Amino acid sequence: MGKTFTKPEALSDQITHYCPGCTHGVIHRLVAEVIDELGIRGRTVGIAPVGCAVLAYNYFTFDFQEAAHGRAPAMATGIKRVRPDLMVFTYQGDGDLASIGMGEIIHAANRGEKFTTIFVNNAIYGMTGGQMAPTSMPNQRTTTSPFGRDVDDVGMPIKVAELIAALQTPAYIVRQAVLKPKHIVKAKKAIKQAFQYQMEGRCFSMVELVSTCPTNWGLTPVDAIKWAEDNMLPYYPLGEYKTPEAA
Amino acid sequence: MAKVLMKGNEAIGEAAIRAGCLNYFAYPITPQSEVAEYLVRRMKEVGGVFLQGESEVAVSYMIFGASAAGARVFTTSSSPGISLMSEGISYIAGAQCPAVFVNIMRGGPGLGGILPSQADYLQATKGMGHGDFRLLVMAPASVQEAVTMVMQAFPLAEKYRNPVMILGDGLIGQMMEPVEFFDDLKTDATNKDTWATNGMDHRGSRQRNLVKSLFLDPEALNQNNLTLKAKYDQMKQEEVRFETYNTDTDYQVLIVSYGTMSRVCRTAIDNMKKEGVEIGMVRPQTLFPFPEKQVLVAAEKKSCKSVASIEMSMGQMIEDIQISVQGKRPVHWYGKCGGDVPTPEEVTEFIHTLL
Repeated sequence: MGKTFTKPEALSDQITHYCPGCTHGVIHRLVAEVIDELGIRGRTVGIAPVGCAVLAYNYFTFDFQEAAHGRAPAMATGIKRVRPDLMVFTYQGDGDLASIGMGEIIHAANRGEKFTTIFVNNAIYGMTGGQMAPTSMPNQRTTTSPFGRDVDDVGMPIKVAELIAALQTPAYIVRQAVLKPKHIVKAKKAIKQAFQYQMEGRCFSMVELVSTCPTNWGLTPVDAIKWAEDNMLPYYPLGEYKTPEAA
Repeated sequence: MAKVLMKGNEAIGEAAIRAGCLNYFAYPITPQSEVAEYLVRRMKEVGGVFLQGESEVAVSYMIFGASAAGARVFTTSSSPGISLMSEGISYIAGAQCPAVFVNIMRGGPGLGGILPSQADYLQATKGMGHGDFRLLVMAPASVQEAVTMVMQAFPLAEKYRNPVMILGDGLIGQMMEPVEFFDDLKTDATNKDTWATNGMDHRGSRQRNLVKSLFLDPEALNQNNLTLKAKYDQMKQEEVRFETYNTDTDYQVLIVSYGTMSRVCRTAIDNMKKEGVEIGMVRPQTLFPFPEKQVLVAAEKKSCKSVASIEMSMGQMIEDIQISVQGKRPVHWYGKCGGDVPTPEEVTEFIHTLL
């Protein structure tokens, strides 16, 4: 009997720098599995954000560029415009994409740039040490909202998938989660679908993934998953917000 | 080929295409928007890439992405837009990617004005974005020279894997002059397979490439900065370009001036010659590297009593001249920076105060 479970070729042997219980590792693996299954490793370019995943390039075995905070969609635009044959994806967190990079993601999506964005939403800035993000939940305590996010002061969390889906051009906008195995199965399906649309040269695609940050939330990995299920999933409903078929 | 009469901005766009650069990303800003308006049509004709970005910030990263993917790429902007691009330029320099940036300068600070200026001298030569890096900066004094420098900029950017800036003032972009596009200045992009993220299959390699400016290990970051410094030192050795005017005479004052301003100075020098007053000039064509030795040699001439930095800025280039002259002659400043170019008469009047 052969091996039944192996490491994807697109994933490196590097020891992780992510915290225990962090969901980035799960998402990296899903992306790597999809790239292996589609056989596109030799023509894929990933773009790392600023944030915890700034070092994402250490874990993949294909070409990678490292962007400035929030600018990954502009870099992806540059690559894809001059080399439409390359498969390009950005890997961005919520501070990166929904705060400092909001302009870049909106316009790249609205132009229908034919790359894929993996948007990891864990409702907090990770790398800089647990500050409030645009996606932090009402009353969520962070180092810059120590009394809880006051929505009268800083507004309600931004629902990125809904926001991008409100634009006419972008065609595949999905939100899934990486909390429980049932979520992870759907998340992988969405990532694969997004890459397939890109391969067909069809549209901009974004997969938002509801994730956890046990370290900066101050919870155990298990409690963090429960917190996300109880607090994030009701506010960030999972599902397909836009598909090319429906459009 | 025959000479054609072209507006500077349009000639700059055409020069890039003739140089073999078929990728252009830009954001409109006066006084250089004609480059984009020209190239949107031309890129269609030649099968190139044209994209109007949502901001100068985004454009600088489109340039970064495209360059890192192995493409020859450029953009044009003007002062406030260049400030916004300077973030991306720092990343491009740190990651050692080639790219060409054209700055058709307008007055500042802030929104300033839309008329010609040379107020971004220090920004271009010393302060473009955060971190320890330099741009190779070339300053054209005519539409023809702008064309030539744009065409030369691409192989230079690739030679050093570093951004090159063409620093022109608003007049260079707006005036019409006869130009010629020299076929021998067309070059092919050099092989980038050793570093570009152009896809492993594309370069037939099993080794992935990584383009980044992040070096968390202090020794690695120091090493990257030493690598960059070695390139800037090499530029100082190999890329200094300048022109002299009337320096075979026993001139009493040496003018140092560049771009449009140097042409006014040329007229002033001719006029003073008729009065029997000899004035010499060194015109830097590269601002970084600055022609330090050449300015020193010209300033040290026995007949030369003093040096004048004549610039459309409030005393920016004067610092490089003072460094060059090493205190051996007094260095004076004259300039204007509101948008109207000083006249030959105004320059002459100032030079007379130094005699």
